[in-house]
Formats: sequence, C-alpha cells, structure tokens
Amino acid sequence: MNERPKFRFVSADRRVREDRRFVAGMGKYVGDIAEAGMLHVAIVHAPYTAAKIVSFDASRALAMPGVVAVVEGEELSTNVEPLMNGLDTPKVQRYPLAVKHVRYNGEWVAAVVAQTRAQAEDAAECVDVEYEPLPFVIDAEEAYRPSSPPVHAAHGSNVLLDRTFNWGEIDEDFAASDHQLSLRVTWGRSSTVPLETFGVVAMWDPWAEVMDVRASIQMPKYADQIARAMRLPGNAVRVHYDIDVGGSYGVKRGIKHTVLACYLSMKLKQPVRLIEDRLENMSSGDAHGPDRIFDIDAAFNRDGIVRSMKMRALDNAGAYAGRAPFQLGKPIGAIVGPYKINSVRYHAVSVTSNKAVQEAVRGFGQSPTNYAIETMMDRVAEHLGMDRVEIRRRNFIRADEFPYLIPSGTRYDSGDYHTVVDKVMKHVDWPAFVAERDRLRANGAYAGIGIAACLEPSGGNSSFEPLLNPANTTTTWMESCRINVDALGNITATIHTTSSGQGHETLASTVIGEVLEFDPDSIRIVRTDSLTSLPGNSPVGSRMAVMLGGSCYLAANKLKKKLKAIAAHQFDCAPEDVDYVQGVLRAKDGRTLKWAEMVNIAHRNFHLLPEDCEPGLEVTNVYQVPTGTDLPTADGRVQMYPCHSFEFHCILVTIDPDTGKVDIPRYVIGHDCGTVINPHIVKGMTLGGIAHGLGAALMEEFVYDGEGQMMAQSFMDYLLPSSHEVPQVEIVHHCTPSPFTVMGQKGSGESGYLGAPAAISGAVNDAVRSLGIRFNRLPMRMTAISDAIAEAKSKQSN
Amino acid sequence: MKITLHVNAGERTVDVEPRTTLLDCLRDELRLTGAHSGCEHGVCGACTVLIDGEPARSCLMFAPQAEGYEITTVEAMSPAPGELGIIQDAFCAAHGMQCGYCTPGMILTAHALLKHNPSPTRAEIVEAISGNLCRCTGYGQIVEAIELAAQRLRGANTEAAR
Repeated sequence: MNERPKFRFVSADRRVREDRRFVAGMGKYVGDIAEAGMLHVAIVHAPYTAAKIVSFDASRALAMPGVVAVVEGEELSTNVEPLMNGLDTPKVQRYPLAVKHVRYNGEWVAAVVAQTRAQAEDAAECVDVEYEPLPFVIDAEEAYRPSSPPVHAAHGSNVLLDRTFNWGEIDEDFAASDHQLSLRVTWGRSSTVPLETFGVVAMWDPWAEVMDVRASIQMPKYADQIARAMRLPGNAVRVHYDIDVGGSYGVKRGIKHTVLACYLSMKLKQPVRLIEDRLENMSSGDAHGPDRIFDIDAAFNRDGIVRSMKMRALDNAGAYAGRAPFQLGKPIGAIVGPYKINSVRYHAVSVTSNKAVQEAVRGFGQSPTNYAIETMMDRVAEHLGMDRVEIRRRNFIRADEFPYLIPSGTRYDSGDYHTVVDKVMKHVDWPAFVAERDRLRANGAYAGIGIAACLEPSGGNSSFEPLLNPANTTTTWMESCRINVDALGNITATIHTTSSGQGHETLASTVIGEVLEFDPDSIRIVRTDSLTSLPGNSPVGSRMAVMLGGSCYLAANKLKKKLKAIAAHQFDCAPEDVDYVQGVLRAKDGRTLKWAEMVNIAHRNFHLLPEDCEPGLEVTNVYQVPTGTDLPTADGRVQMYPCHSFEFHCILVTIDPDTGKVDIPRYVIGHDCGTVINPHIVKGMTLGGIAHGLGAALMEEFVYDGEGQMMAQSFMDYLLPSSHEVPQVEIVHHCTPSPFTVMGQKGSGESGYLGAPAAISGAVNDAVRSLGIRFNRLPMRMTAISDAIAEAKSKQSN
Repeated sequence: MKITLHVNAGERTVDVEPRTTLLDCLRDELRLTGAHSGCEHGVCGACTVLIDGEPARSCLMFAPQAEGYEITTVEAMSPAPGELGIIQDAFCAAHGMQCGYCTPGMILTAHALLKHNPSPTRAEIVEAISGNLCRCTGYGQIVEAIELAAQRLRGANTEAAR
C-alpha cells in the first residue's frame, strides 16, 4: 500500500497552466467586468452595535448627481426571501440589508445606486438614518447566559447550537486514568482576508428572464441560493464560472452582496456592480472566521497514553447564523487528531452576538480545534515531564491500524505518522535541533521549539449538516466532469466551478491526460456556467483533488471503455480483449485502430457502432464522495470526510525580549497528502497555509472594544504577514496513498494552516516557560508577548 | 479634467475627475486591468505600477499627478500577445502565485529590483517584495521565481529585463 504508484503526468514537475494569464495581468476578475450601462453600489453602514431604525430618509441622497436609487431593508425584505441558515433556526432571519434593527456595528442598512462608484459613495454619506440604541452583547460567555440580551428577540436566546456528544465510555475512561488535567485556550477572531475583496456583477435580462451573475465566489449551491432568495426558478439564474477569484480560502461567499445586487438589477433593469471596499470587507463583509473558546479535560496514564478527552467549544458566531455554526461540526471528523483517544465528550455551543457575521474559513473550524488538541498534548507532556515528540509518538495511530475508526464515527483512510515524524526528526537532526535552542538560550535569548501533529480531513462532503441539523438529510456532495472529443480528435473537458488559485484546470487536464495518455497541455479545460454545468459543490473542504480528480479520472475511464467497445465491434472480439495504448486501440491479434480512425467512426459512421452506442465521443461522470453515504446514527456518529492528510510541524523560534517580536529561524513540516497531482500546487498550498497560520498565531485579529466597535478595519491594524514575517519553510515529503480514492490522492488545500498556529503557540510557550509565562490565547501579538515578559521580569526582580 | 498620461511607451489622453486615482484611471478609463485594487490605502501593493521605473502604489496617487511621468503597467511586460518575458516565465516555472491577484505587482517589483541589482541575495529579494502582500503563497515560490529570473537574465544576451 505504501508503494508509490508510477504515473506519467501525475506527480510530475509540470507547470500550472493558469499561471500564464496571471503573469500577463490577463486574469479575468470580477472587478475587470465593465458592462454597458453598469450601475455602481455604495453601502450605508450602521454606526451602532445594536439599534432600532427609527427613521430613514434618502431624499438628500436621491437628489445628488448620478444617483439612481436608494434601497433600504424594509423594501428589500418584502421582495426577497431570507438568506439560508445552516441550522434549523428559522427565527434568526437574515437579509442583505438590516430590517428594522441593526445588530452589529457596520451592518448594511441601505444601498445607494449611482452611475459611478464615486457618486454612490458621495450620496451614501447623505442618507439620513435615525437610530435608537439597544442593549448588546459582545462576549460569547455572556451571550450564552440566559440573561443576555438576545440578538434576535424572536429566537428567544442567543443560543444557536448547544449539543453534547458522548462517544465511548468517557466516565469509565476518566475513572480508570492515572492523571487528569484541564485547560482553556482561546482562538481569536481572524479570517483569510483575500487581497481581492468580494465583488459581484448582476445583470437581469428581462427578455430572456435570466439573472446573469459574475462574482468572486467560492460557494457550494450558490446559484440555488440566489434563485431561492430571489424567488426565481433555478434555471433563471446563470452563474458564470469563468471568473478568476482573487483569493478566498473559504470566505468568498457573498450571498448577501449577490442577492442585493440581483434585486437592484431586477428593479432597475440594468447591470449592477457591487464591490466591497477594504473597510466594508473587514467590518461588514460577513467574512470573519471562528471566534472560539475551548475548555478541555484530558484523562491520561503515567505512560503518556491519553485515554479520554472532554472538550467544550464555545463559538461566537456573530449577529446572524448563516453556515458558520457548521464550523463546530466539521472537526468532529478528526476530533481525536492523529491519536488513539478512546472516548470523547464534545460539547459544541454556538451563540449569536453583536459582532460581524462569520463565514467559512480555511479548514472550517479544524485549525482552531487542532490548536486546542495540540495544546492539550503539550500540557500532558509537561505534566508528565515527557518529551513532546515522544508523547505524540506513543499516542499515534499505527500505520497497520488503518482504516481506523475514531470514536465519533469517521474511519480514517490511511497514514504513517510514525514514519513522517522519523523523517522529520532525521531531517532536522533532532539532538542538534534541541542543542541549537539551548545554545540560543545560553546566549540569553528566549528560544523555543514547537511541535504539532495534525490531520487535514479532505474530500469534503457535508455530513456535519445532517449531524447538526436533523431537518437536513444531505448524504451526497458530488462533483462532476464532462469530456468531449471533437470530430478533429481534440479533447475538451468541462469543470463546473470558479477557482481562487487552486489550479483546477491543471488538476483536471493532468488527470485526464494521465488516464487517456495524452499530453495534458493538449487538453482544453472549459468552465461552464450554472445552467450548462453538471452537479458540483465548489472547491470547499479541501475536496477538489479527491472529488474533481476522481470525477475526471472516472470520466476518462468511461471514455476509454466506450472506445474499447467501439473497437471491439470492429475487431469482432470482446471489449476486454482490446488494449488502449496512447489513443490506439489494439486487438489481441495485432490489428489496430488509430485515434483518428476511432474519432471518425464515432462521429461519422453510425453504421459501424455497436448496438445501443451513442454517436460521438462524449462522457459525463457525476462522482459521489467516497465513503460518505450514511446519515448520522442516533448517538451522533457519522463518517465525515473520506481522506486524512497528515502534517507534522517542527519549528524553532526566538523572541525579542524587548519588543516581543517572534522570529522563526527554522520551520520544518513533514507533509503526507497521499499521491500528489501537481507538486508545485501542493507546495504552494502548504507554504501559503503556514503563512496564514502564522498570521492567525501572531498577528491577525478582528478586535472589538467593549462597545462593539471593531478596532481593526484596515491593513494598518489588521496585520497580514509580509515576506519579512514568513520564514523559509523546509518540506519533508511522504506519500501514503488513500485506499479510498482513484489514484491515492488526498486533499492539501488547507495544509500548513491546520498545524502552524499550534506549532507556533507551542514554540512561544516553550521559549517563555522559564519566565513562568503561559499564553493560552491566539493571536499572541507582539504587545501581549512583550508585556508578559516585562511583567514576569519585574516580578522576578522583586 | 483632461490629462495626458505616458503609459507603456504611448500617450493617452483621458477626461477624469481630479480626484480619480491613478489606479481607477488605468483600470476604468484605459482598461489596463492588470493593476488590481486590494486595500486602497497603500499597504498591499496589488496596485503597483512603475513610475519612471520605480514601483509605486497607483491607489495612493491621483491620475493628474501622474502627468509627465513614464508609467509602466504589467501589460507592458509581455513582449507580444501570448508571449512571456523572462521574469513572467520564471514566475510560471516556479509557480510563484496562486490566485494571481498580487502577481502583476510582484512582477513589476521584481522587474525594478533586477534592473538595479542583477544578482540579489535572498534577503534582498525578501526586502524588495516586502511591500507587496501575497495571501496565497507564503512568498516561498515568489522568492524562488525571482532568483530564477535573475539567473536567467544574467545569462540572457538581451538587455530587455522583461
């Protein structure tokens, strides 16, 4: 099983075909679209954290040059349906614009439409809204209390989700363990903050009765959601997938922006463009990430074996529900990480508050959960005086134990964690690595080593939907591919999604080229629109290598099968007696039919086709997620994602004692995502994920003050890692193919990000341990670190 | 107001409001959409163009202020439609991007760096691109791309550091 399969194009050092247009500035982003008569939108934002809208007067704005319309929430809400909630919380209603009440600072209150964006912005400042401030709640613990002011009075409380799962004999395992410890860690609210903000151009065609939507979108069921909200038939919404998306990493799901733009376009019968400015993106683009407090009790033996874990995760979802609470559900599929923890109690709580709304962020809750689990492992090691690598080794699932069923119902596909760790230990020369930290310490530096081992569940299905919402019976999360060979014999394949840098055209052409034994560069990849597309679920959940790759593979094999059937008919033999080699069909007796001959027969010679064979050479495949077909059991167990990539981080940090600045002189990651389809893409994902994880660990946070004002609204105060902060990363590769996928591939779209925050936290804590400091909260910003060091030193000197 | 800009070795006259940024003018008036809007407050570098050969934020400059300068955008980096310059090709070889949004700014910044310094150290490359944020790559493959471009340019018998 651990033999690396031999491929011709897959895993080869091949260029990423999308790159050519990007280096020339020829990407086609939503901001590049200029339709004739296109109108522009500016937003009026709420200046209060919670308030009643007492009066609304747009007359001054409407009198300004170029202004075409001003629309507020009451009008909008009578004409569109509420946006979709993930959980069964019908009283938590969300519209693109606030209706009667505003629930967070910056919430969209009105849309001003004008001939130019500048005119719209000018006029937005002249919309007069009178508010009556209301009580609000910012803190999650406070929001959880029944006494807190409910963000949605009709819902009755702030609790969106409050569910406890018991998987295994938790109390027995706790009673039988030698030791127990408790810890609390907090994951501060950050996000992926792509360089391109969200944008959409909506264009209602009243003659064709079709809504054309072009957007910087990365979202499952986007067209369906637009149609539902707009009360249109599904076939009256056409989302164009040939738009390049300038980064997303989960969050580009601007459904409120889209429904608003669609409504305005339908009302005004003109194309409408709505593009967030950076302030909007950060304050009210509804794209913040998890904001989570973890309380953990661990039960373990003196030999370091962790037997049981109780975890409470309390997440602050913000003012509306959306899909965000599901981010407490996905980690259930890897709730024990790479470890053999025998039983788990998981208490998942999601509350509303008067903060901005969350959206899916890279890993969908897995990175915060990994940070909590890995901090627990570090604490257990510390408690027992045991080496942090050794304790992980002792708890790892062994390579010969896969497929391995974890307590919450997921069967991990494959892995060889011990070998990856051994390879990394060898790569860094572990004794020398430790000696280097100690040398730095001896020279007076605060130096620390960080270790993190974690999984990247991939091939995303959506099993957390039925798990957390019994009204939802989703058991498929399919992806599709269509291949057509034209009458000249050239191959074109379609994919049915936008991409935001993942290289799906390269992925599809590589896999199809591999199967059909054609140079992938000769295969054209076309992006359809939602009316011409096959079923799909967009590139979320680290799923496209598994799902699009799987669909392309199966479609190409279907085409091969058809070719063999046609050839067998000519050879008068059984299809299984026909060989396919680089487009040539060969009978056992040596007769051959060349590609051009096969194409000619299929396209022009119906009389030569076998019975029931359709003319032409076109195949489609709609691929079901491998493993994910069952509804959850009554005790809350379900197979979550099919594949599990592994990463092991081993890093060295130093801290400037005066400024608190963390440097990372050495960053090594062992990475195993099974069969790699394109090594450049996987490498980029991993390096980028680490950079993003570094941001979440040390720099990035949407900070709110006690009054609910968001304090980080620009890149001057929400800091993104630059080339100075991101270390040079060494990747140690390993390949354990997945037995569940067509070529052994697993996902890598979230790699690096899933373990970097845990590793950096572990390293910083190791560096300041001698001062008696413990950081239990991310991000650990420079100011927090320098303050803690100064305080500890002053205590020591007293 | 009417202004005349020297863009990519050509003269273009446009009629814009005085408050129009150079970025908006390039994108909306001249349809040179390779420069991207990222933050609109001069931090991210997605809007980078060259002003008299030096990288500058086109979001922090009004279009009328750009009169009299030589403005170079990423569109000038390709020798011909469908052809890649050496730096562009190196970015493709190293996959020094993912979504492509920061890429034009990175290419222009790399162009300016390599013009001044044909043999930059890794630290010098890191310093040069530190004003251009990339959210996808973690910068590793961008640095590799610029190292590769430098190496190839040193070996090329053309002076055009394209």
